[in-house]
Amino acid sequence: MVHFDHVTKRYGSLTVLDGLDLRIAPNEKVAIIGPSGSGKTTVLRALMTLDRIDDGVIWVDGEPLTHMRRGDGLVRADGKHLRRMRSKIGMVFQHFNLFPHMTALKNCMEALVRVLGLPVEEARQRAGELLAMVGLADKQDEYPARLSGGQQQRVAIARALALRPKIMLFDEVTSALDPELCAEVLGVIRELGRAHQLTMLMVTHQMGFAREFADRVCFFDSGRIAEQGPAREFFDAPRGERTQRFLRAVMDAG
Amino acid sequence: MSESFWDWAYVWQVLPELVDASVVTVKATVSGFALALIIGLAFAIARMIGPGWLRQTTIGIVEVIRSTPLLIQLFLLYYVMPEFGLTLDAMTAGVLALGLHYGAYCSEVYRAGLEGVPKGQWEAAVALNLPPWVTMKRIILPQAIPPAVPALGNYLVALFKETPLLSVIAVLELMQTAKLLGSESFRYIEPITLVGLFFLFFSLVAAALVRALERRLGRGSGRVAR
Amino acid sequence: MNALSHPHWRLLVAALACFAAAFALASATGLARSVPELLRGIGVTATVMFGGSAVAIVVAPVAALCKLYGGSAIRWLAIGYIETFRGTSALVQLFWLFFVLPHFGITLEPLTVAIAALGLNIGAYGAEVVRGAVLAVPRGQWEAASALNMTQSQTLRRVVLPQAWVLMIPAWGNLLIELLKATSLVSLITLADLTFKAQQINQNTLQTVEVFSIVLLVYLGLSLLITLGMRQLERRASFGLARGPGT
Repeated sequence: MVHFDHVTKRYGSLTVLDGLDLRIAPNEKVAIIGPSGSGKTTVLRALMTLDRIDDGVIWVDGEPLTHMRRGDGLVRADGKHLRRMRSKIGMVFQHFNLFPHMTALKNCMEALVRVLGLPVEEARQRAGELLAMVGLADKQDEYPARLSGGQQQRVAIARALALRPKIMLFDEVTSALDPELCAEVLGVIRELGRAHQLTMLMVTHQMGFAREFADRVCFFDSGRIAEQGPAREFFDAPRGERTQRFLRAVMDAG
Repeated sequence: MSESFWDWAYVWQVLPELVDASVVTVKATVSGFALALIIGLAFAIARMIGPGWLRQTTIGIVEVIRSTPLLIQLFLLYYVMPEFGLTLDAMTAGVLALGLHYGAYCSEVYRAGLEGVPKGQWEAAVALNLPPWVTMKRIILPQAIPPAVPALGNYLVALFKETPLLSVIAVLELMQTAKLLGSESFRYIEPITLVGLFFLFFSLVAAALVRALERRLGRGSGRVAR
Repeated sequence: MNALSHPHWRLLVAALACFAAAFALASATGLARSVPELLRGIGVTATVMFGGSAVAIVVAPVAALCKLYGGSAIRWLAIGYIETFRGTSALVQLFWLFFVLPHFGITLEPLTVAIAALGLNIGAYGAEVVRGAVLAVPRGQWEAASALNMTQSQTLRRVVLPQAWVLMIPAWGNLLIELLKATSLVSLITLADLTFKAQQINQNTLQTVEVFSIVLLVYLGLSLLITLGMRQLERRASFGLARGPGT
């Protein structure tokens, strides 16, 4: 479904992704963990085309994402190609990034009306269903500032689902939340994984959730995958010394 | 001094003509500012999301407009455009010059507003696949413009006070009318003082309105948290 | 660091480029004969500019301090001055002094009228800048000074104002550019400044585009020089006055 083919990304002299190779199967749930600055968020940002990669190609659904076919070779994607490919991908952000001047419902309707061109009534209905799915049917007319962090993040999930993406990206979606609000957001994600055919990539610090929910865990260090494996195996018997140290540090902190 | 220095009879005699002229002043203010709002926004957007060459050009134009006198710009528009086959009547040239000059100032205000919108809003729009123009119109501008309103209001007042400059290309606004009245009767004190009072009154009212607006925006921003 | 890469030097280079371009344009378009006239105009513009800034720089702190610390009569006088000059434009003030003062038997030279009107105009804006800067000096400075048994006026002179000056410099830079632009208005009360000369040369030669473009370049160069001067001043003044957290 997703294939990072030798992808490199640099910020100035800093290499955040260093020739990354990563394949993700359809419907697979992958958790990405690692110390800060290891490049884990960049994986998601590159896939959402928020960051331009410097080298390599990202493939999505059998097609190049960052490039397009021209004759036998590949050239950098233009805006039109990016917009077509992006419709397969949805993303939820650490800081929600809801539109503060729109109600929860309007947040979810915006792309339906402006991207898919649905009639307003139909968009309203679909957005309402999405909000009901994340348990916020009664909050649809509230502005984001009047919602709790957990509620805002659930609206953001509903909004990202509106375009029916095949791949969902979750970028530290509980990091900005008070601990007692994390459960409601993780619950929504868990439900999503059970009920829908979705490929999911999540960057997370919630090791318990990663262990229970993910099919596979990738441990990132210095722009590369230092270790990966099936979730239970990875957490129960980490092989690398670096991985063990990281997990110990996280467990001690948690 | 033989004659009394303030002649009420003369005041009543010139007042109707000055009131008529004030309509021209108000018209120039309103159309000049409408133009400034549009030009300013275009400058600000070009400077923010345009390609590199457009950005540099816009920065240059705004800098030149802001650091040279409005009077010279007025002359350039009024006297130079005809050489390119475009003859503007005085009022049009005046409104254009005011709009351009204050558009450059307004673009800085818009720019501050645009830069105040968090980066995450742009990223959310990309993630939702919104086209750039929709992102600007529906997501960014509605958040960038409200905080800019008081500062824009201040420039409305500043533009209003500069309309007397149009008298130099013979637009019959307040100042020009006052000068004509003065030169007919050799009494400048009443007409020019009346013009000054007119500007003073409206500037003070407008400044009070802007302050009230600032207070209301300051309080009502609860909706736009984060 | 390469001396020419410093932003201040770039301003100087840009200003000189403006003057050079203006001169080249004049030579290329047969206006070389008018250059001495233009230089005389620049002289008048500079005179009004220096005179006006001197008036403004004296008047602004006086008005600001009167508004801040004066008794009620003095305060209202200061407020009246500030609001009157900010509430009407420089042109109205110029005309009022030029046309109306003679009615009171006071006839001033146009140059005096120009310097007074523009200086008082910018001074009124400057007063608000000074007031804002004085208020921006942290309260703790006043308290520290009174703990040292300094009087109010000592505190103001020796503690508050030296810090306020630094805060004010960028705003004064903008005001001086406004003043430069406003000097073009003095052409309307018969003073032969740069703008006046431009109109005169335009009438004699009918080379409208060239004349006004040259003058535009000269004004641009002059305001770059003002920006340069103020940046230099700011750099000098902020030595040893690193302020609080952040800046």
